[in-house]
Amino acid sequence: MTKPPALEARGITKAFPGVLANDHVDLRLAQGEIHALLGENGAGKTTLMNILYGLYQQDEGQVFIGGQEVDIHSPNEAIAHGIGMVHQHFMLIPVMTVAENIMLGVEPRTARSRWLGFIGQLDYRRVESRVRELSSQHSLEVDPTALVQTLSVGAQQRVEIMKALYRQARILILDEPTAVLTPQESEELFQIMRSLAERGTSIIFITHKLKEVFAVADRITVMRNGQVVGSTTPEQATEQQLASMMVGREVLLRLSKAPAHPKEAVLSLENLSVNDDRGQKAVREVTLRVRAGEILGIAGVQGNGQTELVEALTGLRPIALGQVRIGEKTLKETSPRQIMEQGVGHIPEDRQKRGLVLRYSVEDNLVLCTYYQRPFAKGLIIQHEAIEENARRLIEEFDIRTPSARTPAGTLSGGNQQKVIVARELSRPIKLLIAAQPTRGLDVGSIEFLHRRLIEQRDAGYAVLLVSAELDEILALSDRIAVMYKGEIIDTLPAEQATREEIGLLMAGVGGHKTSPARQPVEVN
Amino acid sequence: MDFALIIALMPGVLASALRFATPIAIGAYSGVLCERAAVINIAIEGMMLVAAMVGDLVMLYTGNIWLGVIGGMLASGLLAILHGVLCINFKTDQIISGTVINIFAIGITGFAYRRFLATPTLTRPIPSTLQPIHIPFLAQIPILGDVLFQNRPIVYIMLILTFVLQYVLFKTPWGLRTRAVGEHPLAADTLGIDVYKVRHINVFLGGLVAGLGGVWFSLEQVGHFDMLMTNGKGFIGLAAMIFGKWTPVGSFIAALIFGLPEAIQITMNFYFPHVPYQFLSMIPYVLTMIVLAGVVGQAIPPAADGQPYDKQ
Repeated sequence: MTKPPALEARGITKAFPGVLANDHVDLRLAQGEIHALLGENGAGKTTLMNILYGLYQQDEGQVFIGGQEVDIHSPNEAIAHGIGMVHQHFMLIPVMTVAENIMLGVEPRTARSRWLGFIGQLDYRRVESRVRELSSQHSLEVDPTALVQTLSVGAQQRVEIMKALYRQARILILDEPTAVLTPQESEELFQIMRSLAERGTSIIFITHKLKEVFAVADRITVMRNGQVVGSTTPEQATEQQLASMMVGREVLLRLSKAPAHPKEAVLSLENLSVNDDRGQKAVREVTLRVRAGEILGIAGVQGNGQTELVEALTGLRPIALGQVRIGEKTLKETSPRQIMEQGVGHIPEDRQKRGLVLRYSVEDNLVLCTYYQRPFAKGLIIQHEAIEENARRLIEEFDIRTPSARTPAGTLSGGNQQKVIVARELSRPIKLLIAAQPTRGLDVGSIEFLHRRLIEQRDAGYAVLLVSAELDEILALSDRIAVMYKGEIIDTLPAEQATREEIGLLMAGVGGHKTSPARQPVEVN
Repeated sequence: MDFALIIALMPGVLASALRFATPIAIGAYSGVLCERAAVINIAIEGMMLVAAMVGDLVMLYTGNIWLGVIGGMLASGLLAILHGVLCINFKTDQIISGTVINIFAIGITGFAYRRFLATPTLTRPIPSTLQPIHIPFLAQIPILGDVLFQNRPIVYIMLILTFVLQYVLFKTPWGLRTRAVGEHPLAADTLGIDVYKVRHINVFLGGLVAGLGGVWFSLEQVGHFDMLMTNGKGFIGLAAMIFGKWTPVGSFIAALIFGLPEAIQITMNFYFPHVPYQFLSMIPYVLTMIVLAGVVGQAIPPAADGQPYDKQ
């Protein structure tokens, strides 16, 4: 007799107003298996996981754990059934220690004070020794006394996994766990996953990155539009097949790209230093050049100064030291509007906060940078016909899927919101496009569109500065790659000579020669 | 000035500083309880005022001061439940809810004062204040005994509360959950903690505590209710909470700093009548403004402070 599956979902259906998020979804997770759940944003992966974790209730369908049907109404019950979840955005409290985060909700009390109930004394020592025990058992390096806010992202993720293990989870759900990790950290995570699976933990691994599926999964289930479109194994599938299953049509995974023909420098940075909000140096003496007709990719793990660099270049943050030149002009205490008028387009990192006014309509968002100029304004009067006409044209050209031009931008999907921003920036006269994490959180289809668009802009003679934490994106698009680590550009390589491994190591701060004024890297044309 | 005189006045000044610090500290503890669970409570002032009034009313009709204390605390707790329901369930702006309760408190206590308390038909018990308790032996210690061990009951309760709250907030499961709910409610929710329940209980407890601060005015200090007798002490309590970095012990020290000038002022009035008393009575309020303007170091509130939590 075969063992019953660790977890089985049968015919799970869940409707939200206007959307069928899960439509008769079946999922079978075998004991000790790493099961990848692959799908685009909005495919229903997260809804399914939230049902399994008790955050939502299904409208129809059953869940079985170890062959027994269960009803899960709350995270508490999910935990009691041995389900642990590592959320995409970590559920950790930065100002508390690792031990406090781990014990939260299942706090042990010292023997003397147990009778006091909720106001008994927390037994830190017991938690710490249990964490150390689990730590060595699963080779999961976690220091229980450390403050969470001092930990690296990878270490925080280990704390999240530890939280589940501490609650004796036998089924672990990992929701896009690699989104925030360096390639090396991802590799470490995969090793942890494999060793957990060998010891009998069953793992559901949600992702939309195809490479990772092949690296770690035993079995793959693909979802699209709330339905399971197929289940396969890495041996039987190819990347191309999986991508088509996810999107529902043929997708170009690797865009063909002609060699670049760079011309004059459009953006030059000389020893640029920028401070972060706390007044610490976030960008240290960066010297860079982006030329017309090339894409310069800045690779790096998030939080290494890329955000501050982009903010300084777009006038959102003061320059501490050094020089920025756009074309012939030197920026000095320049407002964002003046920079825009110099011909700089900006696709901001946080599209909802900085890219759009979510409550404004699509058509108004499309003229946010130019509303005060002709033809959108004459004197003090806004010209509505011109704005409508502009919206009609751009919605058509950029294939923005919106019910109408008057729809609030906040109600569109992430991919379409990004298209609104791209349409706005490219519809005005620019010579430099700064794209910060342009495809973050987007699905394969939208990513393909954006990548194609960026290459088209390059070929049309724009200078493109691409900042991305996605190594694949950097490798696919860039003509030159600069790696940023702790605020410094530690190396700049021509794309054709760069390998994943080398860039991955540089992103972790290993190797590289700092770009210094004395020793510029040779620029390859 | 006579140096010997100042030395002689010291214990008295310190004892009254502790006395004046009491409602401020208790107000601060109420704030700590609420804000650690991420509910901003600027209605502490109003809750105190209502408690002071209800306390006097209950004392008047039952003839028992301690029933008055309990009545005042419950009235304040009731207002806290209202504040909790508005802020937690209905996600009303917490400042607006607090302001409404403050305005309501001024109105209702003014009405009750004129209707029942200004010219009462009944007589209050004699004495109509909580009497000092001399703790045997300890009260005899020079200076320390005068300052710490010859106080009225609510002062003692305040002192005990300081350490109880410090322990509960930082050493117990309840405190851990309260702080988790105040820092990152979603994280607490995913671990099966009922965010709403934790917040409601904390706000209610905060209300009871504020009520204790309120009855200090009518039943421990004065012996009857006067219009607007809380005199902004609830707000100063909030300043003490911020000054004390949202910890009970810190708030207590801050409350002492706020209470000291008031004590000095009273003594000065008596011994040095030529110094205009207005200058000293300004000090607590000026200090409050300085603290709230963020001059005294950077105080970091709980991360989710003031934000309602949306359950999925």
